Amino acid sequence: MNSFAENIFGEAPKASSGILVVDGQVDTRHGPILYLEDVSVSFDGFKALNDLSLYIDAGELRCLIGPNGAGKTTLMDVITGKTRPDMGSVFFGQTIDLLKMDEPEIAQAGICRKFQKPSIFDALTVFENLELALKADKRTWPTLFHRLSSTQYDRINHVIEVIGLMSCNQHRAGILSHGQKQWLEIGMLLMQEPKVMLVDEPIAGMTHQEVERTAELLLSLQGQHSIVVVEHDMEFVRSIASKVTVLHEGSVLTEGTMDEVQNDPRVIQVYLGG
Amino acid sequence: MKLIALGSDKIASSVLLVLGLVSFVIPLSNLVLPADSGLHFSAYTVSLIGKYLTFALLGLSLDLVWGYCGILALGQGAFFALGGYAMGMYLMRQIGTRGVYGDPLLPDFMVFLNWKELPWYWLGFDQFWFALLMVVLVPGILAFVFGWLAFRSRVTGVYLSIITQALTYALLLAFFRNEMGFGGNNGLTDFKELLGFNIQSEDLRAVLLGVTGMTLMATFILSRWVVNTKLGRVVTAIRDQESRVRFLGYRVEMYKLWIFVFSAMIAGLAGALYVPQVGIINPSEFSPLNSLEIVIWVAMGGRGTLYGAIIGAVLVNFTKTILTGLLPEIWLFSLGAIFVFVTVFLPDGIVGLMRRKLQERAA
Repeated sequence: MNSFAENIFGEAPKASSGILVVDGQVDTRHGPILYLEDVSVSFDGFKALNDLSLYIDAGELRCLIGPNGAGKTTLMDVITGKTRPDMGSVFFGQTIDLLKMDEPEIAQAGICRKFQKPSIFDALTVFENLELALKADKRTWPTLFHRLSSTQYDRINHVIEVIGLMSCNQHRAGILSHGQKQWLEIGMLLMQEPKVMLVDEPIAGMTHQEVERTAELLLSLQGQHSIVVVEHDMEFVRSIASKVTVLHEGSVLTEGTMDEVQNDPRVIQVYLGG
Repeated sequence: MKLIALGSDKIASSVLLVLGLVSFVIPLSNLVLPADSGLHFSAYTVSLIGKYLTFALLGLSLDLVWGYCGILALGQGAFFALGGYAMGMYLMRQIGTRGVYGDPLLPDFMVFLNWKELPWYWLGFDQFWFALLMVVLVPGILAFVFGWLAFRSRVTGVYLSIITQALTYALLLAFFRNEMGFGGNNGLTDFKELLGFNIQSEDLRAVLLGVTGMTLMATFILSRWVVNTKLGRVVTAIRDQESRVRFLGYRVEMYKLWIFVFSAMIAGLAGALYVPQVGIINPSEFSPLNSLEIVIWVAMGGRGTLYGAIIGAVLVNFTKTILTGLLPEIWLFSLGAIFVFVTVFLPDGIVGLMRRKLQERAA
């Protein structure tokens, strides 16, 4: 685990030398990078999340599935600071309490999110979209005087290659196809060099080939980043996930490999409506 | 310089060229050519154009917050008026003993109210540099406090627009009161001189037109630089997808605050250039209607282009001058009609139309 963590984050503390936890650093020595414990959220009496507990390991690629209204998007809202839970705790590593932080702080700490509906900046070019996502000082004055270094410039171009938008990097993002917009938003996630990526329905509106490339990309990222994917397409989930979590009515119904999950009678009942 | 990239933008470079000509040629013709020459611009024309240019500066300030950041601020006139009052206070203190009551220190209205000493907030305004500082600082600080409270509480859209209207209306009522010490209903007027020059003189009016034109050009170039920086792109991104920007790690409220304060300072500067040219500042400048008019200028010119605001402000005010001269009672109806027409037929304003024509010609 430790050598693995070092590979990813470089600065990961060595357990053997007994280094104290450094403030602001993500402590993943015990395995999980995200800890959600007994989280409950209700909207006007409706329990969107009900005593949910979930652990995501560092470097893991996890798929979340579940019928509509199971609480998948609410879960992402809680992790990214958009929604405050009524109860429970949410920790990033062992030491960082996400409930005390707001959206920009959580994003800067290294938890990034792709939305269900592609959220990109239509008026800006593909290049500029990625430039805004770039990991950098995000206060106003440094941003005003910001100049791209050649490393940063290369990095943006590298990501443009990864997401296959070389031919349209100076196009306005608004004219991209739906699938390309999805790719661009994934690219924006990569630019932030996140530790955790939350990816909500990445393949909606993609062609068959685009879906395959997305699967390849997500698989290649696992290990470097912890990735949580919400998806309805079971075939896609099967092609990428080693571990699947099924949500139902705001709590975890079951966890396991795709095969285990699909053969679980409770899951079948939930999906087929028993 | 790539940042400004004027060469590739025909409309922007034409607007700058026209502004350059206006701010040099018209004052020169007025100062140098004899009055009977065909190319001589009358004092009336000079002061009218000077006034239009201050409105253009005001329109540009609104375009920064509305066109680029999507904040429909309906209180921009308040910052304009505050800048105007700061300049007015300097001009009042220049009157000295030449006032009706001849008090060396107190402006006439204070003598009339039986005040014995100058209120503390009038101190320092006998210095031009101090007044100039206040011209940008007072609107800037008000915008900072107001924006800090509003943006941090995530007040957006129509709610924000309504409270900006309330802000300017509240200031209108406050400045009407004599006890405020800003001349109440009558405001500040009867100015004598600016930096030692007779404020009524044609020469000073011509120079003021030139100064306004150059300020407008400089502000235009500075603003264009700002919107082309990364900060400008963040601001545009906030306009289109506010929550996404937050999830990229930017403090949206700080960016809104930055552009709002910057814009308020420009509006204050516009007000300060306006007051010596019209010779009066009174609370009616805070009227909510004024702030709505600015929105129409920008909408008509074309949002999010900066020069659109300049073109719109000059055109609408030119129309206003003509119509209020011919048929004063129909002006407000015409203004409403312009707004409806622009909204329905010219969503991108005049500039949008010009751009389409340019593209068609190029194709």
